[in-house]
Amino acid sequence: MTMQRFLRIEGLPMFGVLVALYGFFILTAPNVFTGRRIYMSFLQTVPPMLVLALGLTLVITAGEIDLSFASTVAFSGLCFAWAYRNVDGPIGVWVALVAALLAGALVGYVNGLLIARVGVPSIMATLAAGFFWSGVTVLLAGGLSWSIRDIQDDLAHSIFTGRLFDLVPAQALWSLGLAVVLWFVLNRHRFGEAIMFIGDNVNVARVVGVNVAATKIKLFTLNGVIAGFAGVLLTIELHTFWPTQGRGYLLLALAAVFIGGTSIAGGEGTVVGTLFGAYIIGSLEAGVVATGVDGYWTSLITGLVMGASVVLNIVIGGGSLARLTESLRSWGSSSSTEHDAGDLLEEASARAAESPGVEP
Amino acid sequence: MTGPSTGPPALRMANIEMRFGRVQALRNINLEVGQNEVVGLIGDNGAGKSTVVKILTGVFGPTAGSISVNGSDVDLGKYSVKEARRLGIETVYQDKSLAEKQMLWRNFFVGREISGRFGFISVKREKEIARQIMIDKIGFRGAGITVDSRVSKLSGGERQGVAIGRAMHFEANLIILDEPTVALSLKEVARVLTFVRQIREAGKSCVYISHNIAEVYAVSDRFVVMDRGQIVTNVEKRNMSLEDLNAFLLSYAYGTTRGIGEPPNTDSGGE
Repeated sequence: MTMQRFLRIEGLPMFGVLVALYGFFILTAPNVFTGRRIYMSFLQTVPPMLVLALGLTLVITAGEIDLSFASTVAFSGLCFAWAYRNVDGPIGVWVALVAALLAGALVGYVNGLLIARVGVPSIMATLAAGFFWSGVTVLLAGGLSWSIRDIQDDLAHSIFTGRLFDLVPAQALWSLGLAVVLWFVLNRHRFGEAIMFIGDNVNVARVVGVNVAATKIKLFTLNGVIAGFAGVLLTIELHTFWPTQGRGYLLLALAAVFIGGTSIAGGEGTVVGTLFGAYIIGSLEAGVVATGVDGYWTSLITGLVMGASVVLNIVIGGGSLARLTESLRSWGSSSSTEHDAGDLLEEASARAAESPGVEP
Repeated sequence: MTGPSTGPPALRMANIEMRFGRVQALRNINLEVGQNEVVGLIGDNGAGKSTVVKILTGVFGPTAGSISVNGSDVDLGKYSVKEARRLGIETVYQDKSLAEKQMLWRNFFVGREISGRFGFISVKREKEIARQIMIDKIGFRGAGITVDSRVSKLSGGERQGVAIGRAMHFEANLIILDEPTVALSLKEVARVLTFVRQIREAGKSCVYISHNIAEVYAVSDRFVVMDRGQIVTNVEKRNMSLEDLNAFLLSYAYGTTRGIGEPPNTDSGGE
């Protein structure tokens, strides 16, 4: 495998950052980071945010944004708790699950309609939706949090948030499973291809026969369902619904997507990068505190790590390093084929003209 | 091949009207493209050429009128990009045929992926066929470009080659080239014109749209001139020399230009 192909392995840079980060924490806080408890706690706290970031990865790849997912977490949590309290018997929790996912779908579908049919830019539509559904949630809940403590004895509690072999939190596996599914959806499914082409150039997508409006509606609906699922994980884990739940995830999930290497410009997205990005973001606070540095430093360090990651992604991804190796490679390979020198020069200069920043 | 053959026309647009709100973009468009004929569509910016293309390719539905392909009428209520492609109409655009950041193999098949029952793409087969199109149909000459390359690595001429190769692979009967040579170097333009001749030699029909009269003249059998949403001239190549066509277009520009713009530059013959 050439160096270049190695560097192009999806999510590799962020895996490197994650390993480096844990290496740093092991050195600076060995008593905390050599035991497995801290890692188990990350596997418990990161998944809801990871789930949100995974859905968001697809939305951002399509060149759109969703700022309503945090409110969706609260709204679907409300629907879950309400259904759980009002439907008796063992079926109750499953009705509640369906209700929560449908609530998410409703939020996402309305977003999709506003964006794809009415033509509202997604940042405005979903910002408004964020306030709206948050308000709906607070009103319906009467501003109170609801305890659903009985759910601890429910099978669903062990299925979604139990401990596999008394060790691995189930939500870590659920979120990992979702990552695998969404990787295939984005990279191997027609829907994912449509998402990438829409994000890359919506005019191209339109003329090659992608149904842009329908794809966007499906995409936002899917993201709503995913956010609803995150709400379910959170509500079951803490056996409480509270009206502002999920609010803290808004910026963290966005940061996880961008740290992972998905470009705000759209057209390219990395699910694997988001997976590592979420664990980087989710480990920072506990890690920084464990090293003995004052907790006030967390935000500053998060900003530094995010900035460094984005730069790293640009350098290693389609950026300068890739262009450099690419031009070296094309020089190497074209000199081994039997073109005449004139052709070679033509091609090389044509290519150089296409990639600003590299002089032939 | 000596010229258009007989049989039902590859395409006929009859009495097409197009309105966007209060703006009448197209008025009474009657356009016919014969089998194995190359029709050059000429007109200034805003003449309505692109609107004609978008209607033909199913991006917009016209306000009124009818379209028939190979002699059979098209149901405009159900007409779409997919349907146009199914009928063998393919389009090569100036800049929106290919998506920059996507790999070549995806660009070949997007919109008609080779996929299984659940919509998952057969990447291996798509790549294999894309490779064949690149080597057999377009004759790509290495230089570091593979089906895994991103479109942004390709020169403008190579991009148009890929788009034309894609159209030919999908058995297009009518290929529409919408300003395919804008912003290309002379050598690249020559390459594109060669592709157009290949289309003709393969027995297909073509609508060639360009600002460059000399180019259009070189490849077309017939010229259709549009101005402000209407077809104003329709003339066979054998009835008009390049000089006459130029002179006609200039006189036309003089005769109908309204308002107080700069006077048209009489020296700008071939451009």
